[in-house]
Order: sequence, then structure tokens, then C-alpha cells
Amino acid sequence: MAQPPVPLKDMKLLDVKLGQLPTWLAMRDFTPGGILGALRRGHDRYYNKYINVKKGGIGGISMVLAGYVLVSYIWSYSHLKHDRHRKYH
Amino acid sequence: MVGRNLWRLPSPTHSSKEACLVNAYLFNWERVWVSSKGRVGFLKRLDGNFLIICSVLHTTRPLHTTQQRLAPLPPLPEKGGEVRYGLIPEEFFQFLYPKTGVTGPYMLGTGLLLYFLSKEIYVINHETVAAACILSVIIYGIKKYGSNVAAFADKLNEEKVAKALAVKNEAIKDLETAIEQEKKEQWRVEGRSYLFDAKRNNIAMLLETNYRERLLTVYNEVKKRLDYQVAMQNLKRQKEQDHMIQWVEKNVVQSITPQQQKDSIAKCILDLKALSKSAQAA
Repeated sequence: MAQPPVPLKDMKLLDVKLGQLPTWLAMRDFTPGGILGALRRGHDRYYNKYINVKKGGIGGISMVLAGYVLVSYIWSYSHLKHDRHRKYH
Repeated sequence: MVGRNLWRLPSPTHSSKEACLVNAYLFNWERVWVSSKGRVGFLKRLDGNFLIICSVLHTTRPLHTTQQRLAPLPPLPEKGGEVRYGLIPEEFFQFLYPKTGVTGPYMLGTGLLLYFLSKEIYVINHETVAAACILSVIIYGIKKYGSNVAAFADKLNEEKVAKALAVKNEAIKDLETAIEQEKKEQWRVEGRSYLFDAKRNNIAMLLETNYRERLLTVYNEVKKRLDYQVAMQNLKRQKEQDHMIQWVEKNVVQSITPQQQKDSIAKCILDLKALSKSAQAA
């Protein structure tokens, strides 16, 4: 670990220790430009890893669709609650 | 962010990733927020009317020092990130492998599934049946025709690349033939000297021929004139000769007297008689 001490703000999420997480979150850039930048970076990472390759597989889009399914299930859970078979779990 | 006092001078303990540019301006009673990468610098009035703004510009990477170039583009990676069962990236399995081994993620998945089912966080209703049917059809289709579609897409890509390559090879071949023709032209240029030598020889020969013709003409003309002179002289001498002979004959004939004529005739008769006698005797 011969790296010079990197300030907390610039560390990647996976390198942040658990105790530093709140401070790390507070230091992130939450301006609209910052959020847009973060979205763009995430999109670029995903795109360049799974889609922008010579031989892409089904995983590229299927992960996106699965994520969409999951998110729509979460958003409609309040309606689905009434279809439950038992009241008490 | 507004109230923070970040006015500080660059210190030697800065990390190598940051480049500090300290801009010092002279202003008059102005408060300026210079913000970049979340840093704020504002002025402080030092004394009287001498105000300095110190703003520290933090850049997290040095500018214009990377080796990246935009062209030629690096080629696309061959395969995308590995995904297991089409849904879960391989990194997740690798992430759990040190602690839980190979079956860890599957145990996690089973546990989560049972938890969701038992707590009815995932309710089973008509949509579950629909989802099951749709998913089975999709998976059957993918399993059956996946490789075919992939091969087809690869073939399309191959064709595109082959077309581009063909264009490139055509261009290279054309340029090579152009180079060869150029070299041939250069070789031809070397033979220019021979061409000019031959032409020079031709011209020399023409000149020589012309000269000799003229020489011949001169000779002929001179000879003609000389012949004329010779002929003139010959003619003159002949005329003189003829004239003289005629004159001499005329004079001789005139000088023969009648007496001489009679004497000569008598002599001739006597000679003739003598000859006839000798002829008769022989």
C-alpha cells in the first residue's frame, strides 16, 4: 500500500471503509450537474463493459430488463400487497 | 460551501494527483466565489486598497499528459463482461468465492427466494403464472436460436470488416501499381540519353548527306563548265584545220596550170601502159 493518502472524497465506493460511509456520502457532488455526470459515468461503464464489444451476449440487455422488472415490482408492491394469501407472516 | 474559508497557500504536502494553480489578482473590494471541484476561494482584504484573491484550483489529474490518442481507435474488446445465467455478473460469484466457496451465491439465492416467498414479499398470483409462461418461452427461444442469431450477427460484422479491408487492400494495390508505373517512367527517363543520341546521329547523317550532295553538284557543275571549254577548244581547232585544208586544196588546185595538167595526164597514160604490159607479162 504505497499509495499516497487519497482524500476521502475521491476514493472509490468499494475502497471506502464502512465507518467512513456517511462522510463519504456527504462529500459527493449532489448538484444536478454532478448527478448527471454520475449517471453518465455509470451508463458509460455499463455500456462499455457489456454492450460495446465485438461478441456481446444476452447478458447485456437482459440485465437491464431484469432491473426494469425489479424496479416496477417494487413500485407496484403497494398494490400487490392486497393479493397476499395470508395476512400474518 | 459559502462560509468555508479555504484560503491557504499551497503546501509541499499536496498529493501528486493535484496540481495547484494559485492565481493572484488585484481587485478592489470585490468578493468573488471561484468554485471548481467544490473548492471555494474568496478574497481577503489585506491592507488598505491592496486586495488579493487567492484561489486554489484543484485538478485531480494533470492535464495533457496522458498517452491517449483519439486515432487510431483502440479495437473493441472481444467479449463483454461475463454474465452467469444471463442475469448475474460473474464478479458477484468471484466476490463471494473467498468466503463461501462455489455454492455460496446459490445458497444465498435460495435463501433469499425462500425468504421472499415465506414473507410474501413476492406474492404468487396470476402474474406469476404469466411470468413463468413468458420466461419459459423466452428461454426456450434463446436456447434454441441463440447461437444462430449470434452467428448471423457475427457474419454481418465480418462482412462489414471484410468490405473495409477490401477497400483498404484495393487502395494499397492501386498505390503499388502506381508506384511501379512511376518507377517504370523513371527507368524510361534514363533511356532519354539514348534517344537523343540516336536523334543526333540522324541529324548528323542528314547533314553529311546534304553536304555530299552539294559537293557532287559542285563537281558536276565545274565539270560541265570545263567540258564546255574543252569542247570549244576542240571545235575551234577542228574548224581551223578544216578551213586550212580547204584553203590549201583550193590553192593547190588553182595552182595546177593547164600545161602541167597535160604533162601529168600523158605520164599517167604511159605508166598505165607499162603496168598493163607488166600485168600481161605476169
